[in-house]
Amino acid sequence: MNNLWGDSLSNFWSAWIIIITLGTIALSVWILIANRRTDKTPDADGNIETTGHAADGIEEYDNPLPQWWFKLFILTVVFALGYLVLYPGLGNYAGVLGWTQEGQWEEEVADAQERFTPIFARYQEVPIPELAEDPEAMLVAERIYQNNCAVCHGSNAQGGYGFPNLTDDDWLYGGEPDNILTTLNNGRNGLMPSWQQLGANNIENLTQYVLSLSELEHDEARAEQGESTFMAVCAACHGPSGMGNTALGAPNLTNDIWLYLAPGQSVDDSIRQTLRNGRNGHMPAQAAYIGEERVHLVAAYVYSLRFAD
Amino acid sequence: MKHEIVEKNVGLLAVLILVAISFGGLAEVVPLFFQKDTTEPVEGLRPLTALELEGRDIYRREGCVGCHSQMIRPFRAETERYGHYNVAGEQVYEHNFLWGSKRTGPDLARVGGRYSDDWHRAHMYNPRDVVPESIMPAYPWLFDNTLDGDATPRKMRALRQLGVPYTDEDIASATADVRGTQEITALVAYLQQLGTVFEGTR
Repeated sequence: MNNLWGDSLSNFWSAWIIIITLGTIALSVWILIANRRTDKTPDADGNIETTGHAADGIEEYDNPLPQWWFKLFILTVVFALGYLVLYPGLGNYAGVLGWTQEGQWEEEVADAQERFTPIFARYQEVPIPELAEDPEAMLVAERIYQNNCAVCHGSNAQGGYGFPNLTDDDWLYGGEPDNILTTLNNGRNGLMPSWQQLGANNIENLTQYVLSLSELEHDEARAEQGESTFMAVCAACHGPSGMGNTALGAPNLTNDIWLYLAPGQSVDDSIRQTLRNGRNGHMPAQAAYIGEERVHLVAAYVYSLRFAD
Repeated sequence: MKHEIVEKNVGLLAVLILVAISFGGLAEVVPLFFQKDTTEPVEGLRPLTALELEGRDIYRREGCVGCHSQMIRPFRAETERYGHYNVAGEQVYEHNFLWGSKRTGPDLARVGGRYSDDWHRAHMYNPRDVVPESIMPAYPWLFDNTLDGDATPRKMRALRQLGVPYTDEDIASATADVRGTQEITALVAYLQQLGTVFEGTR
């Protein structure tokens, strides 16, 4: 990532810039000086020849710039020259101060690191369950959560359609500190395949069986038929009892929590849709964006939410 | 000095005005055309695929650039939030640039990979569904419209004229690559690659 701005100009273009820049300044100064005095002089009666422009009987004198204005112009020229000496402006000449955009940014980042690294380092050493009960740390963590996580999981962390609720005790990939850390650092890809090929009848039977797992209203006969299909097809990930598997991110189907329940949608419709079309859950990895120290804090924040509900 | 000469000859005045205002451009813009920084792609930069290219055109059509910039400046406040500052070498295949000049919404220069495809779809269908505070307009028609891809090869040929290294195969398969795809899919594909030539922020 170094040397992004490192390529300097060729000598030709460097000279080109220097000549045009200094030439422009010289030309401005020449115009200023050349027009400094008027060449109209009063005649014996004290009358001065005007430019000849007249409007409503008022004639225009050919006066030079007022002194204060002239001097202001000269000041801007002096400022420009001073600026060009101090800062990079003349081709490859770097300026006496050695200022660069990149350098200024690096300085800001280094300053911030000096200020914040010890704070984050201190938190990093605290185990997550302990950190989750530190109100000061949770204030910091909540800010990080709001800036980076709330966009999907919501500012109250209750999730939404397709985005898991973080305040309940249902965990797709496990709710222990290590699980949360892995989820945050590396992201997750949940894949529920489409079972369209089983046919509408089997899908209906499965739907009724899955409803029965959460003891929701269902069709007994179909649920019974669905059970064998469930054991053959679904149990591999969701387990024979439908309790799910956090190693795979396979959701628990027995707790009446539905990740893909659109507003106004019935549970059976959502299950049918999932079976027919499959689902793809994607949690982007965060370590690359916010760094592991902040991930540690956010993990503690997410861990702390279990006490909120 | 006889400034009357300049003031009373409009033609001469016009020429001198042109000379005066061209100094800035000559010194600040012209050398960039010949500088490696601005003319050579950064390592790993690839041209947009046919689908991403169509997505980019939807981005332009819907006026996203009016509210979203794609230019992370080298200030810590920006790099903390959006990721590594932008460099010219990332933009050599961009015609035209979509830097924008106003942030009603956040900068998108490195939005690629930050959110899931599903999030983008939900967000574009109705931003309030995922971000209740959002003031972004909804774009539900992107889910109804599909691409026909008729113009895609021509767009790619035009870009090739401008120096984007599309191969003949890219262009030959372009129509088939995008035909029948929902517009939202193209737009999400475009968004998901934005800024990904640099990974993350640190």
